[in-house]
Amino acid sequence: MSGCFKEDLTWRDVTPKAAWLNRRQLIAGGAGALAMGSIVGPAAASLNAVKTDYGAGLDPNPLEDITSYNNFYEFGTGKGDPVQNAHMLTTEPWSIEIDGLVDNPGTYSMEDVLEGVTLEERIYRFRCVETWSMVVPWVGFELADLLGKAGVQDGARYVAFETAYRPEEMPGVRSRVIEWPYREGLRLDEAMHPLTILATGLYGEPMPKQNGAPIRLVVPWKYGYKSIKSIVRISLVREQPPTAWNMYSAREYGFFSNVNPNRDHPRWSQKFERRIGGGLFSKKFETLMFNGYEEEVAGLYEGMDLIKNH
Amino acid sequence: MYSIAVMPPAWFLWLGLSGGLGAEPIKELEHRLGELALQVFIAVLAVRPLREWTGVSFLKLRRALGVVTFAYVCLHLLVWLVLDVQILSEIWADIVKRPYITVGMAAFVLLVPLAVTSNNLSLRKLGPKRWKSLHRMTYPAAILAALHFVMLAKGFQIEPLVYLGLVLGLIASRQRLPRRTAAA
Repeated sequence: MSGCFKEDLTWRDVTPKAAWLNRRQLIAGGAGALAMGSIVGPAAASLNAVKTDYGAGLDPNPLEDITSYNNFYEFGTGKGDPVQNAHMLTTEPWSIEIDGLVDNPGTYSMEDVLEGVTLEERIYRFRCVETWSMVVPWVGFELADLLGKAGVQDGARYVAFETAYRPEEMPGVRSRVIEWPYREGLRLDEAMHPLTILATGLYGEPMPKQNGAPIRLVVPWKYGYKSIKSIVRISLVREQPPTAWNMYSAREYGFFSNVNPNRDHPRWSQKFERRIGGGLFSKKFETLMFNGYEEEVAGLYEGMDLIKNH
Repeated sequence: MYSIAVMPPAWFLWLGLSGGLGAEPIKELEHRLGELALQVFIAVLAVRPLREWTGVSFLKLRRALGVVTFAYVCLHLLVWLVLDVQILSEIWADIVKRPYITVGMAAFVLLVPLAVTSNNLSLRKLGPKRWKSLHRMTYPAAILAALHFVMLAKGFQIEPLVYLGLVLGLIASRQRLPRRTAAA
């Protein structure tokens, strides 16, 4: 956020609890016995995210649902493949290459990425283009924070993202289901929107690998595939970047991919959705415009034909 | 035969009710039944070529396998109608507007007269010649069913193409090409 560079410090500028807790544990670990490990382990795993009002009134899906029903084609096309295979992904160390129209290009380690950010818990609706949905208590921070660190230059109009591509760790990429690496993109104003977050965890714990560890995008008013997982590269660019599903079929998957019950996918209706976890007799319900975030984001698309620009 | 055939769908239903089909059991059940139907359908198509190539004959079982295929297709359709789509106006919209559903429904419609005439009485009434030519509709129905699977895949996926390949291969294997004469 631009706030990072002003003098009026806020609570957001305070070292996150997670960071200082880690520091203490490092000291304790260094000083003490091996037995400490058993105490440090679970404590370090918890992200100590600040609770927020996002999603008040929403009932999150159980962790079990969120971590067992995934689309992460790098690990297979079945919904249960990611939970089976994602353990192969090495997430430590991890870094993100930030390049393009930025003042501070370079390789950002996870420590660099997380430095000075406050992790928040935000409960968001998550709507897949396949008409299922869930409610997820993400832990993350605004993408704008990271873009602020990188220093977005004037000419930048879009942000492009890339998922890791590691054939030796990702059995799914051996088959060319789509063109790898997985790519996504946002218009700069969408990327800077306060609802757009980079998530590093869910349910207060570090991100499970099948959900896009160690860091993924979450754009709650767009179909799930826009929320790219396991990000290794972020580029600030002038032109609209190519995106994975749009490259596969532009007619089916638009660049914007805003959740829109009035614009059907050519192969199925988008009017209704079903929340996962409801069993065999789970009822469908009506999908909300912009997935229920109309008030917050409709302004981004004023005057645009959302059927044409789907 | 039929008592064995009841087992897979019953097992799937049990899994669905007990949480064994994952967080979204409706789609899973629908897909498993569809795939099962396609597998038995391919078995039906394989009976003749198998006898020709290996001498092993399941010809006596073929009609029953056809009936089982139809039963599985009906269950697949029922899950789609009742558990998946749910909303009446959406059902018709899907059939008309979604080509993969149109194709799937066409396969089902082709199978209905075959199922109805699968008994001995119909065979006698129609006479073997007419009965046989009616039941040649199996082939377009099988192609449509495999196509239905190919069309609903997201991204480039191998599995549905393998099914389509098997269906086309088995049908092609029955077509005896006329022998070429030396002069030609």
